[in-house]
Amino acid sequence: MKKVLVKGNEAMALAAMRGGCEAFFGYPITPQNEVPEYLSKHMKEAGRVFLQAESEVSAINMVYGAAAAGKRVLTSSSSPGIALKQEGISYLAGAELPCVIINVMRGGPGLGGIQPSQSDYYQITRGGGNGDYQILSYAPENLQETVDIIKASFDKAFEYRNPVMIAVDGLIGQMMEPINLGEEEEKEYPVPAWAADGKKGGPRRIVSSLFLDPYDLEAHNLKLKEKYDLMVKKEQRYETVNLADAEIVLVAYGTMARVCRSAIKELAYQGIKVGMIRPITLWPFPAKAFEEIPENVKGFLTAEMSLGQMIDDVQLAVNGRRKVAFFGRAGGVVPEPNEVVDAIIKFKEELK
Amino acid sequence: MSKIVYEKTKGLTDNPFSYCPGCTHGIIHKLVAEVLEEMNLLDKAVGLASVGCSVTSYNYFNCDMVQASHGRACAVATGIKRTHPDNFVFTYQGDGDLASIGIAETIHAANRGENITVIFINNGIYGMTGGQMAPTTLLGKKTTTSPFGRNVEDHGMPIKISEMFATIPKVAYLERVSVGKPQSHRKIKASLRKAFQYQLDKKGFTMIEFLSSCPINWGMTPIEAINYVEKEMTVYYPLGVYKDVGSDD
Repeated sequence: MKKVLVKGNEAMALAAMRGGCEAFFGYPITPQNEVPEYLSKHMKEAGRVFLQAESEVSAINMVYGAAAAGKRVLTSSSSPGIALKQEGISYLAGAELPCVIINVMRGGPGLGGIQPSQSDYYQITRGGGNGDYQILSYAPENLQETVDIIKASFDKAFEYRNPVMIAVDGLIGQMMEPINLGEEEEKEYPVPAWAADGKKGGPRRIVSSLFLDPYDLEAHNLKLKEKYDLMVKKEQRYETVNLADAEIVLVAYGTMARVCRSAIKELAYQGIKVGMIRPITLWPFPAKAFEEIPENVKGFLTAEMSLGQMIDDVQLAVNGRRKVAFFGRAGGVVPEPNEVVDAIIKFKEELK
Repeated sequence: MSKIVYEKTKGLTDNPFSYCPGCTHGIIHKLVAEVLEEMNLLDKAVGLASVGCSVTSYNYFNCDMVQASHGRACAVATGIKRTHPDNFVFTYQGDGDLASIGIAETIHAANRGENITVIFINNGIYGMTGGQMAPTTLLGKKTTTSPFGRNVEDHGMPIKISEMFATIPKVAYLERVSVGKPQSHRKIKASLRKAFQYQLDKKGFTMIEFLSSCPINWGMTPIEAINYVEKEMTVYYPLGVYKDVGSDD
């Protein structure tokens, strides 16, 4: 199939439909509005469900309902809206329901701003809602990668019966890039046996996250933990750049990783060898990438569009074996590559 | 020869109720379940348990059940019904759940005319959490969070849900009933039947408001509580049909 030039938010909507999204429930918020706008045009004509809810809280609960009834369901929002959805996400995880959540991140806290940000790393990876749970979350850096991940995300959600989040910053949502959507497949998605869609003479199904007996709840928590452990084992994704001869390794994801790529080139002209570990999954964090640190690597510089959140996971993964430094801009400011260059030069001095 | 004159409905499971003695949840469950059975809906029904005393109602209704978070049953029901229009979808919600925390979800589901049926239990109190004031608590009523009695100045007037919802165009059927008198049960079942049929006919949003008792948190005997419903609650919350778009035949 030919490549098409599309805006990030529309690319995500297109990819969701290609990935077999059967229903969408959402509420408007900048900078993700082109996702529901596109789907409002195309879902109904494709015989699928699109509904604008009265709030993010309602939208995520509609998602919970459609998921409880076994459908491949999507919602999208941005940081403050995702905050409102956290209760529902906790219920989805607790009731073991699959869904896909697109999060086009903007600056916070509070109403914050509408410019691109990565300040919701904690919210995504530390369980934004109540209880012991995790969601599988991806942070792609370009539209092709975003599209490929979204297309596969519904299958992942059903494989683990767990919410899956695709977290991009507002820049990825708003930029245009060529994408290849792949061939269109006509697939049927039968409602799974656990789903509550009328018992039809069979045993009745109960979808719930309530366990009043603490021993029952603990057993449920342990069952969920097994699932999360399996995800940690099987789902870590990352890319490495120039690790073999780098003296400093950047750790960055999403738009920040693209800025770092430019910085790496500039530093190479200056004779400074810099590599990068780019997490593609935020949770599970790709700790595997840090298992063998080459001798030539003297330190890690974590670069984020926040004041330092992923750095916690980098420090845990590095575990004192090397120095870990930080560079970040906040509030929706996208740093220039030369700011990363300067941070690397400063860190190199500190490492001497 | 003996002959069976009464049997427990197949619409209920054999799980023992967790409800308090004298509470009318049990009667309302029975009436709803009987109508589900009589209309052959048990195989296509998906029920929504809410948060409150009826949080465990998924243990009792003998059909597929989904437990919703506090107040969100109508949103969850929307998600099910929109993706499974051939299912019969009902919610079972108390007044804290529906009239307080979930009022937005309920109003908007009604306004969209979702083809769902809401069983709304109004006992004017938060039962499960131990007797706090609800938006439906009558004036003067003492609760654990209105120890001097509900007053207009601090709390406003009790919310009249049926009267409010009757103004919404896509509400197809709306009635307030009380189960205190056994002789009313046949009539209530006919109302449930009508609401359920309207959903099957895709006429829009349907709701039956049940005035209900909470003897434990009201500090009354079951008989006193039933009398309170019939004599006091019905004065502020008059029984009757608030909306009926009419049937096709």
